[in-house]
Parts: sequence; structure tokens; C-alpha cells
Amino acid sequence: MQTVRIHGRGGQGVVTAAELLSIAAFADGRYAQAFPSFGSERMGAPVMAFCRIDERAIRTREAVTHPDVVIVQDPTLLHQVDVFGGLSAQGYVLINSTRSVEELGLDKFLNAFPDGHVCVVPASDIGVTHMQRPVANTPLLGAFAAMTGLVELASVQSAIRQRFPGALGEANAAASKDGYDHVIACLSQERSDSHHARAN
Amino acid sequence: MRAQIEGSQAVAEVVVLCRPEVIAAYPISPQTHIVERLSRMVKRGDAGSCQYLNVESEFAALSVLIGASAAGARTYTATTSQGLLFMAEAVYNAAGLGLPIVMTIANRAVGAPINIWNDHSDSMALRDAGWIQLYAETNQEAADLHIQAFRLAEELSCPVMVCMDGYILTHAYEPVDVPDQTAVDTFLPAFSPVQVLDPNAPISIGAMVGPEAFTEVKYLAHQQHLRALSLIPEMAGDFERQFHRLSGGLYAPYRMEDAEIAVIALGSVIGTIKDAVDELRLEGIAAGCVKIGCYRPFPSLQLRAALEGVSRVIVVEKDLAVGVGGIVSADVRMALQGSAVPVHTVIAGLGGRSISIASLKRMVIEARAERLNEPHFLDLHTTVIDAEQSRRREQRRAGPIAEQVLRAVKAIGAKAT
Repeated sequence: MQTVRIHGRGGQGVVTAAELLSIAAFADGRYAQAFPSFGSERMGAPVMAFCRIDERAIRTREAVTHPDVVIVQDPTLLHQVDVFGGLSAQGYVLINSTRSVEELGLDKFLNAFPDGHVCVVPASDIGVTHMQRPVANTPLLGAFAAMTGLVELASVQSAIRQRFPGALGEANAAASKDGYDHVIACLSQERSDSHHARAN
Repeated sequence: MRAQIEGSQAVAEVVVLCRPEVIAAYPISPQTHIVERLSRMVKRGDAGSCQYLNVESEFAALSVLIGASAAGARTYTATTSQGLLFMAEAVYNAAGLGLPIVMTIANRAVGAPINIWNDHSDSMALRDAGWIQLYAETNQEAADLHIQAFRLAEELSCPVMVCMDGYILTHAYEPVDVPDQTAVDTFLPAFSPVQVLDPNAPISIGAMVGPEAFTEVKYLAHQQHLRALSLIPEMAGDFERQFHRLSGGLYAPYRMEDAEIAVIALGSVIGTIKDAVDELRLEGIAAGCVKIGCYRPFPSLQLRAALEGVSRVIVVEKDLAVGVGGIVSADVRMALQGSAVPVHTVIAGLGGRSISIASLKRMVIEARAERLNEPHFLDLHTTVIDAEQSRRREQRRAGPIAEQVLRAVKAIGAKAT
């Protein structure tokens, strides 16, 4: 079973992201479960949502405390909430920011993760490009597909179109593709950097 | 069709497939998604000639349904928490009048302190109002129970509550197979009321009954509930034959064949308990669990038979009888009276606190070592309790408890999830 925890603020579509992820995983033929966190939920307050993906029916209902993947939709939470709490040492981290891991002050912690397991994506900017609003959740779902391979980009896009029919769905689907492409570019850059590092 | 949908959506779609004629509801979290979707479906014309009334309160919602049901309409509502308590008088009336109304309870804690999250305090408060109470483990079961609930209610002329955990189920996306109209029509015949207000054949419903007959009326209500004890498993059997899946029934055992210790619970926590049972089995502990699917009427004899051979029982319940302890465990003890099997009460998941596999396993291990308090509160922050109790001993004007405990939890940095 793979577990995902998404951090953001009320109003940023955190719960929607978890739901769309579960729909994409279902479309891929897996079992999935998405649910919101149980805490104060209001516009602007820190919120979490969870998703489990498995090859067999999922029974447990407990909150995800030891995630395999953490998605941070709002970088202002990084030093406010324990977003990486319980994260597996082999886990994945996806952060919405235009700054680098070093600039975010997370290099010491995140460099310990395996290659290709940490990505920073300018998801809000991608949202502005496509939706004229800093919508970060759908670009991050595309990025998630690229980084983890747990869901297909096409499934993410069809989940998005199903939820938001018409132009809005198309814009969000395009934004998720940009998020996907950004991660693919990052990973190939990372590979070539580490290749050069070894060559030197 | 099998789809990845929200529990509330699954329930709303299935309710429409049951062809209700009158729906009256007042929105309250976490029931809101169910009734919002129903109102949209009715407005779009997806629910035939069904009338949807957006009333001014929960009391009005059920009162409207009492009238509509007495006039021969198939009726439905949904509520939770304070909403259920606000309609309490009508809840008793619907049962006392023998009206087959179906109501979803999106289980939520009851304030104060105000809390919108899940536990079973609401439906437990009205457990003896005369309604049949069914509890869903999954969203598939929640959907299926509604189809069974209408048939059961109308067969017995008795209202039925379908209880599903607020947020944990109502707001969870998971796969649900929503049947098609023909399948539901086959299982659920058209409503044929045993009593109906008809101007062409006038009767009165709602007599004032004094000491000369009140006991007899109540006795007959009790007999109807006892009839449900045989009807519910029959209906679950019919359902399984038609839909090829297990849903409903009085109780459901899991790995109980050779179980030494049984964990009993209601609702969605059963899924987590099953995972805990599997892990305990791998560690050599012969654990099993029994889901109580029907809590009212209480299947005492069936439960006693299901627990045959176990040497210890733990009841995990999401409620608290203040000053007593457990509610469900009292019923379980009654079912086991005369037997020497110890029954532990474990209060868990109050106000939405997550119940983890790790905590459940620890609970079983502690119970086997005779180290559980009676009642035991799962994952209680004892340092917070100790600090607050000593503060209150020292100070007469100690202030409101809820605010103080919140402050203490934050100060101590306990993970309040």
C-alpha cells in the first residue's frame, strides 16, 4: 500500500487533490481511498488530506501518520507545520515553490532522500498561467504522476476533466501536464548532474 | 456501476433509486453532501415526482415526513448530532406511530464542547427511541443498507436509521457499486402501507393512550423489533443472492473460528480492526472481531453464539455514558450473562480522534495482560488530564475545562489527531 499526505490551507483544493488522486488510481485499476483530515477546517487554516493506493481492497480508516509521499501545496507551512512527520526515509516529497530546496532551507533534511524522490515545482505559477489563479493542486498531481509513477498522467487528467467539465477542466488538465513535464525535466537534469559529478 | 465516489454521493444516488416520494431535510455537517446532492437530483428531475422540502429545522424535517408517511408516501431524511437531538421528540413519534421512515445518520459527536467530527454519541442518544439502527462498515455497505432499510421499514411498519460515520465514510472516496434501477426495483417492492390517511376511507392515527393500553402498544412495538431479528438476516441473504455481495445482517464475524480474544465494534472502525486482527495473528495472537451491524434491536442470542469459545471480549465503542462507561458493552455483557468471559470496555475515537492499528494492537495485548482500566480510554493524554485535575484542585475559579485542556494540549505539544 502507498500512502499520500497532502498539506495546504483551507480553500486551496487540498481535499479535492486527494479525491482526484484516488479517482486516477481507481481508473488505473487499483484500489484507492481518499479522505480529509479531522481538524479545524476553514479558509486559510492548515489542512491535510490523505490518499491510500493499493492492489487490494483498503480497510483501515486511520489517519495517515507514516506517509510514503508528502505533497506540500503551500510552502508557508514548511516551517509552521510538521509536514514531514512520519515520512518514510525512502519516501517522496513534492513542494510547491519557485525557490530551490537550498533556498527553502531544507537541503540538509531532503538531501538524505534517494535521487529523484524530492522535487520542487512552481505549481502556483503554472496555475496562474492556465487558470489565471494560483491553483497549485492540479499541477502537483501531474508532478506526482511523473515523480512516483503511482498513477498515469492520463488518469489524472481524466479525473480532472470528470470533476471540472468544460474549459476549466481543460485548463487544469493542461496545468497538470506542465507539472508532469517540470518533474521529468528536473529528474533528467538531476541524472545528468549526478553523472557529471561521478565523471569528475 | 462500480465507481470511485464520495460516500455521500453513493448514498444520495441509492436513495433516489429507492424511489422516495417525499424528502425533507435541514443541512448540517457532515450530512450536508447527502442532502445537497438529493436536492439537486430532485430539481433536475432525476427523482421522478419526488418532492424535496428544504425546511426550517430538523424538527420540521421529521414532522413533515411523519405527515407524508402517514399519507402513504415513501419518505427519507438525513441528519446528525445536534440536528438529531433537535428532532428528538419527532424521532420518538415516528416510531410510536409505526411510520416506516428511513433516515441516514452521518454520525457525529454531540456538544458541548462543539465538535463536528465523528463518534456515535448522536445515534446512541436515541438508541431506544424505537427505530431500528443499522451501522455501515464501508460506503458500499452504507449504500446497500439504504435499499434494505426501506424494505425492512415498510415490511415492519417501523422507522429505520442507517448510521454511517461522519467524514470517515460520508466524505471518503472509495469504490462503490451503485446498482441500477431495475435491480433496486426487484429488491424493493412499491410501498404498501399498513395504515394510511385516505379521505375516502378516513381513520385517525395518533390516539391518546392512557394506562389502560399504553403497555400493550409498547409491547407490540417490542415484538416488531424482535421480528426484525429474523427479518434482517433473511433480507441480507436475499440481498446477497441478488447483488452477489455481503451487506447488512445482524452481525458479521471475522477470523472468529479459533479466536481466543474477540473485538466487537460498530461502523467503519471494523475495517481498521480487521487489519489489526491480521497483524496480531501474524504475531501469534488468536484475535478475531465481530461487527454489530444491527444495534437496535440488539441481537443478544446471535452475538452470544458468535462469541462461543472465546476467552475474552473487548468492546470498542465511539461513545461514552458519562458516569457509567460503555453503552454497547453493557448490551454485550447482558448478552453474555451467566458466562465467565471478561468483557472490557474501550472508549475510542471520540470527537474524531483517529483510531490506529497500532493502538488497537496495544489494546489487545494490554487486555490479555489484564492491564486495561475499566473503562479504558484509548490514547488518552494522561499528562494533560493529570495537569488539569491538579490545577482544578488548587483553584476554585479554575475556568472552563474545554479551553484549559486545549491550551494544555498545545503547550505539551501532544499530537491531537
